[in-house]
Amino acid sequence: MTDHTVHTEHFDKEAGKLGMWIFLFTEMFLFGGLFLVYAVMRAQYSEDFHTAAEELNTFIGTMNTVFLLTSSMTVAMSITAIQRNERRLALFLVSLTLLLAMLFMVDKYFEWSHEFEYGVYPGSDVLKNMPHGELLFFGLYFMMTGLHALHVFVGMILLTINFIRIRKGSINQENFLLLENSGLYWHLVDLIWIFLFPLLYLVS
Amino acid sequence: MGGETYTSFLEYKGKYKGLLAWLLSTDHKRIGLMYFYVIAVFFFIAASLGVLMRTELIAPGQTIMGPQMYNGLFTVHGIIMIFIIVIPGLSVIFGNFFLPILIGARDVAFPKLNLFSFYLFLTGALLAVASQFAGQGPPDTGWSFYVPYSVESSTNVIFALTAAFILGFSSILTGINFIVTIHRMRAPGMSFMRMPLFPWSIYATAWIQVLATPIIGITLLMVIAERVFSIGFFDPALGGDPVLFQHLFWIYSHPAVYIMILPAMGVVTEIFPTFSQKPVFGYTAIAVSSLTIAFIGYFVWGHHMFTSGTSYFSRLFFSLLTFLVAVPSAIKVFNWVATLYGGSIDLKPPLLYAVAFIFLFMIGGLTGLIQGALATNIQVHDTSFVVAHFHYIIFGGMGFAAFAGIHYWFPKMFGRMYHIRFANIAWGIIFTGFNLFYFPQLVIGMQGMPRRYFDYLPQFNTGQFISTIGAYIMVTGLVMMLINLMYASRKGAPAPANPWKGVTLEWQIPSPPPLENFDVIPEIKRRPYFFGENEPDKS
Amino acid sequence: MKNKESHITGYPTYAYVLIILLALTTISVAATGYHLGAYTVALALLIASIKVATVISYFMHLRSESLFLKVAVSGVFLIFTLVIIITFFDYLFR
Repeated sequence: MTDHTVHTEHFDKEAGKLGMWIFLFTEMFLFGGLFLVYAVMRAQYSEDFHTAAEELNTFIGTMNTVFLLTSSMTVAMSITAIQRNERRLALFLVSLTLLLAMLFMVDKYFEWSHEFEYGVYPGSDVLKNMPHGELLFFGLYFMMTGLHALHVFVGMILLTINFIRIRKGSINQENFLLLENSGLYWHLVDLIWIFLFPLLYLVS
Repeated sequence: MGGETYTSFLEYKGKYKGLLAWLLSTDHKRIGLMYFYVIAVFFFIAASLGVLMRTELIAPGQTIMGPQMYNGLFTVHGIIMIFIIVIPGLSVIFGNFFLPILIGARDVAFPKLNLFSFYLFLTGALLAVASQFAGQGPPDTGWSFYVPYSVESSTNVIFALTAAFILGFSSILTGINFIVTIHRMRAPGMSFMRMPLFPWSIYATAWIQVLATPIIGITLLMVIAERVFSIGFFDPALGGDPVLFQHLFWIYSHPAVYIMILPAMGVVTEIFPTFSQKPVFGYTAIAVSSLTIAFIGYFVWGHHMFTSGTSYFSRLFFSLLTFLVAVPSAIKVFNWVATLYGGSIDLKPPLLYAVAFIFLFMIGGLTGLIQGALATNIQVHDTSFVVAHFHYIIFGGMGFAAFAGIHYWFPKMFGRMYHIRFANIAWGIIFTGFNLFYFPQLVIGMQGMPRRYFDYLPQFNTGQFISTIGAYIMVTGLVMMLINLMYASRKGAPAPANPWKGVTLEWQIPSPPPLENFDVIPEIKRRPYFFGENEPDKS
Repeated sequence: MKNKESHITGYPTYAYVLIILLALTTISVAATGYHLGAYTVALALLIASIKVATVISYFMHLRSESLFLKVAVSGVFLIFTLVIIITFFDYLFR
């Protein structure tokens, strides 16, 4: 971003990317609000948070971390592939990313349904009879992972659109802003998880 | 330019005809005008609610409505005024219309996103209205949605929360659009330090919009989750912390005050040089103080919570920062006055409103300091002193700046001129009414009149009575202003390209501007506000 | 825009970055086995921050972006940290 900008009639790629970055800032602050709540509540109920976190399955959490980190790499590689005009490879990498995202969601589904089986879901009686700190922990857990899963879902839709567009050729070596921006979005989903994982699963 | 024929953006015919040509237009000027119409309508709705409240308060006891009705009225008055009018107001109307023109661009960076923001805004606004009529009656929590009451109240709180969430999202997208526009689309030669000061203020505002609004978004979502799924966040019954809600709420809502006032400062900064025919005094100081206000203003939220039981250290810290944030605001005031000093002053309606802005903003700012001090805050907290203070800032500040801006840019926007003397008279009535309206509130607030009460002790009757009369006078003036502008937009005399002898870029193009603003993108060779050839050019 | 071609990152770089990220995850998970008391969270957050910095600079290419964007990203993290600290001015000193 130099101080001296020349107006261009045609499509401005840098503007698109800058806009995406600023949008990501707002996403960071959206989750930031939840992290702030987490910090305050944890400071008040650290014992309860420890006990509650022990009930979460660290293995599932770790697997999901591996899925998301790997998918972040594949989506980053797909941009390199498109830049080098290797379309088939790009398609393969994008579908790999989608597959990993699906694995993440399946994992999440099993995790949540397991908790629901034990009567641990928002507003349940089991939860209401827990000590306040644990109740708050699970509330935050569902809110944070739920909102995150929603973002994973949106990311998957974006990736699917990219897949179709690469196939049709409207995303190509010359024009791949959508893929780049979707990639940025996908990395953000990853970033949030990088913080969520230790705070929710590893505090026991 | 007057003799040449061209198609203005008002007459331009694109793919669509009639109303659709407006509703589907991505032209920043048309979108700006659509916002203008919507906001004007909502302003008069919310103002009528205000008049109803004032009428209730004309005498002690129940006058025209009961307490629940009154609670609903002040909540909806607050939600509409804050979330639909003052927070987006100036930046979506004048930001959309004039930001691209002032920096020499043909449109904003993302025109389609701009139209999308408008529809999000419209959805949110309509939802806020719907909360009035649907289901269990209007929300009665006040615009600040304090928990635990907002979790317990059986009224339509969820509607109102969702409306505020959607409006916030629209505000974020507009902010992103403006930041990118300023970074990527300035005319050749226009460095940041050659940018006019209204774009500067929009730039600072857009950053607060982007960085603060998500916090209220997530907070509102948490309250919704608490109501719908009874997830514990803020409700003490579930172990939650209501003070934490106040923190989160004000982390956004205090910076939101700067979202309102910064563009207002930007508008009057454009007006002072034009009507004193003199370069703005202290260009750099005004530009930098916008950013300083935005930055410090982000960290003063706790001064809304001095009586909420926050820690002493925290209160001390927030009080200190509150006093600090007054410094850059005062710098601006001194610079405006210094701009007027020694200028050839032309007392036209825009300048009248701008000068009134300084006067009212000063009262609002200084009464703000009374509340920023820890000891006096306890005395005036939750009294009508606070109500008067923020109306001096929001209405006297942002509102008068909006009127100033409308009168300043009206000939450019509509290509027609309003009746100047009639506008002057309306200004006098509004200004008188305003002070009669709010000044007594300061006094009775100091004496202990609580805010948000539909009834009061007889000793406050004189103040409340004067206040209500002032409100009637002010509304009369507002209606006069409206009639003048509405008449002028259809039948007014055609306005020249540059009726006020302004020197910024919007006055170099015809009135109303053509579709893409500039035939040839101008090249900028010096700082803005350069009047005449003889002045030294320091840039 | 043509000079952007030089910014293509090779596949091996991404693979190395992933290995580093996975290694950090392993350390983070393994560290919970030891009872470090209050330092557990500090360590977990430190590792998470390193991971985030790595993702931002390599996967999101912040390395090769403009100075403005670098400043903006750091500014966003700074402001958020300040918000947390200032909120705790209340909770720590009650």
